[in-house]
Amino acid sequence: MVRASPQASRLADASVLVVGVGALGCAAADALATAGLGRLSLVDPDRVERSNLHRQLLHCHADLGRHKVESAAERLHARHPTLALTAAAVRFDAANAAALVRDQACVIDATDGIATKFLINDLAVALGTPLVHGGIVRFQGQLLTILPGASACYRCLFGAPPEDGSVPSCQEAGVLGSLAGTIGTLQAAEAIRLVTGTGALLTDRLLTYDALAGRWRHVRLRRNPSCPACARITSPVAVRAGNR
Amino acid sequence: MPVQVRIPTPLRKFTGGAESVPASGTTVAAIVQDVESRHPGLKERICDDAGKIRRFVNVYVNGEDIRFLGSLDTPVKEGDEISIVPAIAGGTSVHAGA
Repeated sequence: MVRASPQASRLADASVLVVGVGALGCAAADALATAGLGRLSLVDPDRVERSNLHRQLLHCHADLGRHKVESAAERLHARHPTLALTAAAVRFDAANAAALVRDQACVIDATDGIATKFLINDLAVALGTPLVHGGIVRFQGQLLTILPGASACYRCLFGAPPEDGSVPSCQEAGVLGSLAGTIGTLQAAEAIRLVTGTGALLTDRLLTYDALAGRWRHVRLRRNPSCPACARITSPVAVRAGNR
Repeated sequence: MPVQVRIPTPLRKFTGGAESVPASGTTVAAIVQDVESRHPGLKERICDDAGKIRRFVNVYVNGEDIRFLGSLDTPVKEGDEISIVPAIAGGTSVHAGA
């Protein structure tokens, strides 16, 4: 728990949306709640399956068949009874994005699937809401924070989704469970820095983690001046000193 | 000292599990071709049928995106480090198998 301080107050007053309550989302949600976040919203249409249990730590055997947002909210509430929770068992999409993102300090992308990651990027950027992107597969993790109109977005980085099936999901390729905990917790740390206004964010740089080699790397990113998602943003999210 | 090419874990099946492989050449295109000659199949994962870098793969020379340098014509010299960074999809799901 963060001790009483202006930063703790800002965190207690803030709301964060976690899209996807699987391996990344469970780690991120629990870390945010533990840090003292005031309001947490969870979105995921999926139900708990047996194969989820050894990595998705907010679900257990008794939850099999339940919506993930329900089991995760129940476990979070048991551990953090003062946390205000909202759970929506729906798929985040263009039709519901504005309502789900309203009043959120940031969105955490904890989804599985490359097309979904582009969709979340585009919607968060269009709505002017900061986004913390995380991706994992096998032994590789990636992390990036996006301040719409002020820093490079996911589409600046990768342009367009590949054809279906050419980038495997965790479900297809597998993932090291502890890697999900590592990247999900780091997503929470990004959201906490963003909400509290402390430290420097992972903007305009992609953090990669190679869990086989135990190696962290950064590569520099630049905004694409013709990016279809963010090039036309006229009211960029304010960038704090130290972020660039 | 040749150029070192950092291979992301999803592509290490082409390099026998090697995290980094040496390569020779004076441009990124030449490096990619040299790597392909030693590790067949890797180029197809980096370049499309027209020979251009795929949209969901980024290539960096010493941490700089080659799209902002000279793309495949970006010059490289001995001691440089080339990193291949593909988009990775996962987040929620699970199965071991890696």
